[in-house]
Amino acid sequence: MEVGRLPISAALKGKLVSAGYTSLSLLSSLSPSHLARDLNISENEALDILNHAPHDGRIDTSGGHHIISGAQTAWDMLHEEELLTRITTSSVDIDNILGGGISCREVTEIGGVPGIGKTQLGIQLAVNVQLPVHCGGLGGKAIYIDTEGSFMVERVLQIAEACWDDMLANNAISQNVHAGQVGMQPKDFLENILYFRVCSYTEQIALINYLDKFISEHRDVKIVVVDSITFHFRQDFEDMALRTRLLSGMALKLMKLAKKFCLAVVLLNQVTTKYAEGSFHLTLALGDSWSHACTNRIILYWNGNERYAYIDKSPSLRSASAPYAVTARGIRNNVSNCKRIKLM
Amino acid sequence: MASRLISEMGLPKSIANVFAARSIKTAKDALSLTEFDLMELADMGLAEVTSALAHISERVSPPYQTALSLLEQRIQNEQLAGHLPTGLKGLDEALFGGIPFGVITELVGPAGIGKTQFCLKLSLLASLPTRHGGLDAQVIYIDVESKFSSKRLIEIGAQSFPEIFYTRGMAQEMAGRILVLRPASLAEFTESLQQIKLLLLERRVKLLVIDSMAALTSGEFEHGASKINPLGWHISFLKSVGELSRIPIVVTNQVRSQSSDDTWRYNFQVGTRHRDLEDTSKYDSQLIAALGIHWAHAVTIRLILETISGERFIKVAKSPMSPALAFPFSITSSGISLLNDDGIEVVGQEISTIHCDGHSEIIHSDTLQFHRQ
Repeated sequence: MEVGRLPISAALKGKLVSAGYTSLSLLSSLSPSHLARDLNISENEALDILNHAPHDGRIDTSGGHHIISGAQTAWDMLHEEELLTRITTSSVDIDNILGGGISCREVTEIGGVPGIGKTQLGIQLAVNVQLPVHCGGLGGKAIYIDTEGSFMVERVLQIAEACWDDMLANNAISQNVHAGQVGMQPKDFLENILYFRVCSYTEQIALINYLDKFISEHRDVKIVVVDSITFHFRQDFEDMALRTRLLSGMALKLMKLAKKFCLAVVLLNQVTTKYAEGSFHLTLALGDSWSHACTNRIILYWNGNERYAYIDKSPSLRSASAPYAVTARGIRNNVSNCKRIKLM
Repeated sequence: MASRLISEMGLPKSIANVFAARSIKTAKDALSLTEFDLMELADMGLAEVTSALAHISERVSPPYQTALSLLEQRIQNEQLAGHLPTGLKGLDEALFGGIPFGVITELVGPAGIGKTQFCLKLSLLASLPTRHGGLDAQVIYIDVESKFSSKRLIEIGAQSFPEIFYTRGMAQEMAGRILVLRPASLAEFTESLQQIKLLLLERRVKLLVIDSMAALTSGEFEHGASKINPLGWHISFLKSVGELSRIPIVVTNQVRSQSSDDTWRYNFQVGTRHRDLEDTSKYDSQLIAALGIHWAHAVTIRLILETISGERFIKVAKSPMSPALAFPFSITSSGISLLNDDGIEVVGQEISTIHCDGHSEIIHSDTLQFHRQ
């Protein structure tokens, strides 16, 4: 690794190079005071530089084995993943192909044509996350970042009321009352959705930067929905390279948020047409480099007269489609004769 | 928010000065750079840059509101919790009260189907006093194709609300609230939008009608056209101004015939193409909305007006809160009226297709009717 890649200021980099330290292996065996004298900088600054340089090659002479900070063994990760609960989408078919629902600690991108139900799914998840764990939720709050103005409060209330009706029907609420907890009223669902309206890409970037601090002050947030991630990046962006850098920066920050606070991040995306292999076809917007940014990708599409969800990208789930319906009560299973899950 | 100055954000002096020296003056400038870019540019360490960006981000982020307070605010401050009733019972019910405030509602359909008639009726409704269901405010009508007819407006008013319109001076007052603009080009339209913004923010104008959006840009949205959408700025502008001032924005759109380049499938769907091979003959008679898919994403409510076997229908094709219903309607002397308030449920993708069969017969019979009057 080159010295040029270290996260230190340009002046310090210049000093390192002119003193002859062009690669990090040369730094690995130095002490801070030695480096400070060589470069004519303070000991604190020297210590800072050495902390950024990787320590591989330094084996503890006491014979114990050496751990890279931040790493985790695959076995530990497996245990963690098994303990993670998922957020139901209210459609059993979609939950099944997702292995239970939308998972935490991951960024899931959901895209589709206008009118297919992206905002509906976003709102359904923002309501469902508040359900208690035995009903498919996480008992937490939701952050809804609206970039397009498609968040219609009346619809949220409608979905919340249907959710509450379902809970009553399943006697979930009476169980809670027994345990001394207060059952949730439909309007309580609305109180736990924290709504942000973003009007430009600058505000979008600022908000995603700020979420780290915000969520540490609101630890009960368990899902962040961005509807849509695309809108402000689709128009008047002349510098495409800048757009790609900003988008990947945003994706990384969102991934960090998901992992740090153990919450689910759902990004809604629009579609565009792409010319490939002699014909046009639909694809999610924001380009090829963005398509690598999210961990999971679900495409909502029309198949004849039915709505389907297709898992386009996932590290652990197989590609499959499941039908769903958008009803007055929200997202539900598609009740029709030829209901089937297609494995691709 | 994006143009807020760095100098006013309370950053430590040293950092603010360095930024200013490197022409990072507004929040937008700072946030458009990645952390590494900033470190290079401002010659600062990672920790300093991260904390400066965190500071700026916190100041520029929009504030939050719970969905509950949003709902309560609207119920309290706005008429019908933020809706303009259209007078068409079935449609108003499907839309939870009427045309919603703060978002773009699009009317799309073939020529002569009744989009302008609908717009005239809405303009009138908005100008009425609140006790008659109106917004008691001015209306701005941007008439791109010179289709606005004040004579027809007065006729609709006199037939629908005779008690108001036959009162002395009321017709003049209502018609006097509707400001008609006729921009001759996209540039003029852009100009007028800037001026309108002021009026909208002063809350004297409570409805904006643009008839039609498609006429402003003639046919520049085919595939392979430039990546920058000429209406891109206007779409963002309309959305943000509509939301800030909480007014309904109604836009009409034209239709064009579907070409074989138009596609509605993803690459993973290619295998199921066989079902559509029989339909290729239908391409010529298929209509789709103009202005492209980006516009289709940007509108919140899309109302399609179409003819099927000689009957007109208005259907709710895209709406975050309505079921997929189609209502038969007719054009009368008092504007538009629904023939059936219950609506017909439309299943699947049919809700987004635009039909045009039996259209020419209706147009001819209607023009005869008007002439007779």
